[in-house]
Amino acid sequence: MTPRPVDDADLHAYVDGQLDPARRAAVEKWLAESPEAASHTAFYARLNETLHRRFDPILDDPIPPTMIRPRRRRLLPWSDSMIVAASFLAAGLVGGWFARGALVAPAVVERVVAIAPPLEMQAATAHAVYAAEVRHPVEVGADEEAHLVRWLSNRLGHTVKAPRLETLGYRLMGGRLLPAASGGVAAQFMYEDTRGVRITLFLRNNDSDQDETAFRFAVEENGVNVFYWIDRSFGCALSATLPREELLMVAREVYEQISD
Amino acid sequence: MADDRQDHPIIAQIPHLRRYARALLGDAVLAEDLVQDCLERAWSRFHLWREGSNLRTWLFTIMHNLHANAARNAARRPQTVSIDAYGLSAPTRAAQEDGLTLASIDAALAALPEEQRQVVLLIGLEEMSYRDAASVLGVPVGTVMSRLHRGRERLRHALAGGATLRRVK
Repeated sequence: MTPRPVDDADLHAYVDGQLDPARRAAVEKWLAESPEAASHTAFYARLNETLHRRFDPILDDPIPPTMIRPRRRRLLPWSDSMIVAASFLAAGLVGGWFARGALVAPAVVERVVAIAPPLEMQAATAHAVYAAEVRHPVEVGADEEAHLVRWLSNRLGHTVKAPRLETLGYRLMGGRLLPAASGGVAAQFMYEDTRGVRITLFLRNNDSDQDETAFRFAVEENGVNVFYWIDRSFGCALSATLPREELLMVAREVYEQISD
Repeated sequence: MADDRQDHPIIAQIPHLRRYARALLGDAVLAEDLVQDCLERAWSRFHLWREGSNLRTWLFTIMHNLHANAARNAARRPQTVSIDAYGLSAPTRAAQEDGLTLASIDAALAALPEEQRQVVLLIGLEEMSYRDAASVLGVPVGTVMSRLHRGRERLRHALAGGATLRRVK
């Protein structure tokens, strides 16, 4: 019985040390007979060596602490005073977003608005109001998801979709239409896990001059944590009374699905 | 709390992720960003890793998927900087006598189609088994083999073009 002729795959496996021993002898015999195969094989081996010499020094680079204990590098640093100011404003918002001027001292508004856009505050307020609802948390339930999504898309003027968060343990409950700043509308999707923890995703049209922003984080009234960002058509904000790390995980998933 | 991760098995894999990302992307900043994103995900999803399965393959798969997503988004959104934009600064070190030198390898790698570069690096640099590389990339082993062959041949032609290739004894 003649053995199978040596092919390219054998030559690579020979160089990479992934050839089974029985085949090795056949390859070595072939290399001795064919200068061309030998030359190619020698190149492959030198290529591997060169890759090691070129890139192995990177193995010795000290590992940055952020790779061991990740922190979002692009988070907005929130000083304590800003959190207080934001909470103060958010407290006003619970009473009515459109009445904010009347409820909050103008100096505070000025200071907060200059640094933080109100997206996350609107979102946190809407979260606080509706996530606490027992009987009417959503306007349209997940059983009518197609209708819900079509309706919200029509009202916002852009196609919205409800991200799937089942892999993270959250099921869609449904959503509702909300007023947004300057006469616009916003959409809210609500999710719940088996513990009853609720997360809301707030979407409104992006009327800022930015096309995209990094994730930002805010601690709002009543311990509501918010990750918010701008992704082309929408300002997006994810709110929950979850620890920041946990919420970030969900936010990244939402971000990926929305930006797809 | 601060040091409970120092002995974690993920730590031992970080240098490999960085080496591969650097070689794949050809740019130190992009590579570190990719590894950082990969690790953020890996730490937060470590509970999803199946004990006893190959941690290295798991991590490289996460990184590969993140990179593939980023590349897809970059392709769809021309206004963002492509993750495949290479900084082609080759180090100036002593050259070998054939076309394969530390100085020429960066540009030659960058000129490879990415799917070939991935395979050439996972196998030649990270010394993964063909099976593991196939699993990381989500393709059959046969595809890995053909990409490996095409990639290495392309490098052989590219590098032999500019210099005399040393004859093998």
